[in-house]
Amino acid sequence: MKFISKYRRHRFAGPLLLLGALLFAGLTYSAAQAVTEEATLSQSDKATLIAEGKEIFARGCSSCHGLNAEGAGVGPSLIGVGAASVDFQVATGRMPVADMSQQIARKEPVYNDQEVAALAAYVASLAPGPAAVTNEELAWERDGNMAEGGELFRNNCAMCHNLAGQGGALTQGKYAPTVMGVEPKHIYEAMITGPQAMPVFSETILKPEEKLSIIKWIKHAETEPQLGGAALGRVGPVTEGLVGWVLGLGLLIGVAVWLTAKAR
Amino acid sequence: MSKELAPLSDPGLPEHIHRKADVDPKAAKKAERQVGILFLLSVLGTLLFIYAYLGIDEDSFVFIPVLGSTNAHQLFLGLGLAMALFFIGMAAVHWAKTLMPDHEVVDYRKELRSKDEDRDDFVATVKDRAAEAGLGRRSFIKRTMLLSLGLVGLSPVLLLGDLGPLPGNDQKETNWKSGTRLVTDPGDRPIRPSDLEVGGVAQVQPELPAGKVRHLDDIAKDSVLLIRIRPEEFNLDAQRLSWTYEGIIAFSKICSHMGCAVALYEQTTKHLLCPCHQSTFDVTRAAKVIFGPSARALPQLAITVDSEGYLVAKQPFTEPVGPSFWGRNK
Amino acid sequence: MSATERVAGQVANYVDERTGSAKWLKKTLTKVFPDHWSFMLGEIVLYSFIILLLSGTFLTFWYDPSMREVEYEGSYQPLSGLKMSAAYASSLHISFDVRGGLLMRQIHHWAALIFMAAMVAHLMRVFFTGAFRKPREFNWIIGVGLLTLGIVEGFLGYSLPDDLLSGTGIRIAEAIIQAIPVVGSYLSFFIFGGAFPGEMFIQRIYVVHILLLPGIFLALITVHLMLVWYQKHTQYPGPGRTEKNVVGYPLMPTYMAKAGGFFFIVFGVTAFLGAVASINPIWIYGPYNPGQIGAGSQPDWYMGWLDGLVRMAPPIEAYIFGYTLSLNILIPGLIIPGIIFTGMALYPFIESWITGDKREHHLLDRPRNAPNRTALGAMSITFMLVTLINGGNDLLATHFDLSINQIMWFSRIGVIILPPLAFVITKRICLSLQRADRELVLHGKETGRLVMLPHGEFIEVHEPLSPEKAYLLTQHEQPPALEANLSNEYGVRNPKALRSKIRARLSRSQAEQIAKPTANDLKELEGGHH
Repeated sequence: MKFISKYRRHRFAGPLLLLGALLFAGLTYSAAQAVTEEATLSQSDKATLIAEGKEIFARGCSSCHGLNAEGAGVGPSLIGVGAASVDFQVATGRMPVADMSQQIARKEPVYNDQEVAALAAYVASLAPGPAAVTNEELAWERDGNMAEGGELFRNNCAMCHNLAGQGGALTQGKYAPTVMGVEPKHIYEAMITGPQAMPVFSETILKPEEKLSIIKWIKHAETEPQLGGAALGRVGPVTEGLVGWVLGLGLLIGVAVWLTAKAR
Repeated sequence: MSKELAPLSDPGLPEHIHRKADVDPKAAKKAERQVGILFLLSVLGTLLFIYAYLGIDEDSFVFIPVLGSTNAHQLFLGLGLAMALFFIGMAAVHWAKTLMPDHEVVDYRKELRSKDEDRDDFVATVKDRAAEAGLGRRSFIKRTMLLSLGLVGLSPVLLLGDLGPLPGNDQKETNWKSGTRLVTDPGDRPIRPSDLEVGGVAQVQPELPAGKVRHLDDIAKDSVLLIRIRPEEFNLDAQRLSWTYEGIIAFSKICSHMGCAVALYEQTTKHLLCPCHQSTFDVTRAAKVIFGPSARALPQLAITVDSEGYLVAKQPFTEPVGPSFWGRNK
Repeated sequence: MSATERVAGQVANYVDERTGSAKWLKKTLTKVFPDHWSFMLGEIVLYSFIILLLSGTFLTFWYDPSMREVEYEGSYQPLSGLKMSAAYASSLHISFDVRGGLLMRQIHHWAALIFMAAMVAHLMRVFFTGAFRKPREFNWIIGVGLLTLGIVEGFLGYSLPDDLLSGTGIRIAEAIIQAIPVVGSYLSFFIFGGAFPGEMFIQRIYVVHILLLPGIFLALITVHLMLVWYQKHTQYPGPGRTEKNVVGYPLMPTYMAKAGGFFFIVFGVTAFLGAVASINPIWIYGPYNPGQIGAGSQPDWYMGWLDGLVRMAPPIEAYIFGYTLSLNILIPGLIIPGIIFTGMALYPFIESWITGDKREHHLLDRPRNAPNRTALGAMSITFMLVTLINGGNDLLATHFDLSINQIMWFSRIGVIILPPLAFVITKRICLSLQRADRELVLHGKETGRLVMLPHGEFIEVHEPLSPEKAYLLTQHEQPPALEANLSNEYGVRNPKALRSKIRARLSRSQAEQIAKPTANDLKELEGGHH
């Protein structure tokens, strides 16, 4: 007690109190959120999931995709796209769209895992479509062949996504995003649903084992340490030339100026 | 007259300013120490180089900011070598700058042109001796000499004759014949129409006869892209439409511009983009060029299904695939 | 006499008795070299060449220049078991299974990039200072030759590993060869030993890359340096420097130490880049396969402008009696580069024709004092930059959220409009700088100090220039323009009248200068205010 009254008028007292109040508010809010999630999980079953999905859909998606997902001008019809499409688009944050310009970009997801599952269940219930996959069921470590995956990647993916998976340019300002830092299930779902400009790689053209091999190669490329030094973006000779001019020639010209300057 | 145009005359070399090391023996000693330290830093670099080569495991990685997790053996070998070389240079330059004489020295340029009498002498000598050789008078010798030298110089070009075969019809033929099955690349699996979904694309090669191995030479001409769109989206004349099958259309993957693989397919716009020079082809209009430097559409392969339901080529390509060449339309 | 002196004396005696070189050696060791940082750009090129020879020789001890197919059995897992050429496999072997192999590969490639960059910087220095004028025209031509060969050598060099990225470049080179009228297909089949890619190409370019071109380089560089040695290096103008002298430091000991030291520094910086910066990671590109491609495929920077030209070319193909003439390939790939390099090589003669100047020049020009030449240089650089930017248009698009189509159109229009614009702007800037110089000489340097005169006027105090600086700003020549020679004194018309008129017109533009201050101008000033 004496401690509090002794430092009551300390110049840090006010800011510290403010900090404490903010922390308290934030923590209780998160706790409340957590409690709410807990509550929802214990009550769900399939039918409820679909109903929940329909409700989230009506709130957050129907304005572009139509009340029954039949399409409404801006947003295409979602009938038949399957749970896989929903899981990919919503869980990577692409949907709902923030910036409607040339390309819909990956961003922070708006909906949590539970809500995504609900939306996916709802859309899947409208018509048969590709099913969503989970990271656990993709045994790419065990079943994938890294070298074969690399060959498949270079054959099917590198022309858009770049030889190191860093992404590449398409026409009219569109682009193929980087495949680094993407969950295995989303890589798989992207291949089977063909989001936006990406074509569809069906399970017969690119067999499931082949898809797993591709994922294994991508995951290795993601975590492979630098074998020769700084990667310079892994986009090839353009950055190398820039570094050669700026760092290489620049340093040497700097030395030349020092070399010919008169000593004191 | 000239004085008015150039009133400012050359004041001569500026006064020499002495360096600290020139006048102060303590400063000179300091400079000497600095040079010595630089040479010693180089020695350190060499030691690091030797240690890295012999002592650092080739599979060890170390985290460096900016570089990320990088191969330690590679990094320290290189840094050691760089240090060893760089500091020798720095030491030599610092030594020259601080201790070696820095008085500007003046040397004089001789006129490059020779003296007139030397030139006349040369001309006279050459003229006399050329007259002694007698080429001017003896035109028969001159002509036959030139003929023989010319022939012996040019004829060995014939030795290059076996550098390569004549092109013949090679550029106009591929392994695609009537009834050749389309197989996946890689995997060599035959394809049914149902295997390819609308919006899908497949990398395809011709099925080779049993025993024949596919070489890069074959891939460079045979590679085909199989694309499926909705049949109503085609904008083709009757003949080209007959070359498609239920919305599936096949094109040569080898760019008609400079031969890169045109594999970049945009499902939404139905455009093919070649990443090399950005030639863009419209799939709905038989790969017509809509942007970029390519002057010709991609050759279309006529496809149908065989008795077992697998996709096959109806006929070979009706034009040569790949980049243009002089005799392309002959 | 110390032990060193004794031994040195014996060696010198041994050599002199057999070569009589005492006088020549003494003259050589006391030779004077002007000292300026911009004179070291050529040294960077030379030292990079030596580094390339050394590192390249190391690589040849393990590299296998064969296209025969092998299965990869080395230590890099993601390529394990794949079929590839022996050339690619041996390059992987050097990178991962030879100690110091990857370091030397990277040093070799970085040295090549610096080699070409320093060459271009050196070319620009020589151009902007007018060092190519008589008697150095021949050396300039050798330099342009070295530049062209350097581009080819670099292209062949990075194609040796036979990876997907460089193989794509070879494919494009083959398309250019094939597009040549009449003989294109034959040339292509002869060079590749058959259809593309064939099995002969790598071993053939290997010989060109390690023997033929380096041999030509050594010969040309030797002549290039001997000419500099014999004609003596040029020098910047300034007090004490004339057309008839050369001011600098003697070879021994000062220049030797600085130049020798600089070699080690260049090598050290290149080794540093090789240590910390990854270059040409062929293991990520994979082996060459004509059916594969990666987004963002570019050649090395010194060919980027060619790539940009090819990308922006209009899609024109002409047909003559059924034969195909690929103008969309020939114009950007062969004709425009041919015009550029020929024009570059002939420039000293073009400029001396325009100015009518046939004298020797050993003093360099300050770029502002040759406005047309400087503007022409800026125009060429602008052209190169626009084409270079277009060569990387897909990377620019992904990194700066642009559209490749827009960049392409910007480049197509920009490559025609921007260079002349650069010419005009640069020329005006040069003339402004001349004007500023004139002001400096006449009125002195502004000191920023304000003084109030007794009658209330405020003036800024100007400090007169030192005689050295004033000389530097006025030592240049300003020759008048040439007159057209339309007829002789009898009124007979000159058969070459048109040529003479064109020359006079160009000469007038070339001679556009701001007049140097004259003695009269100075006298007037001294009489007038402050």
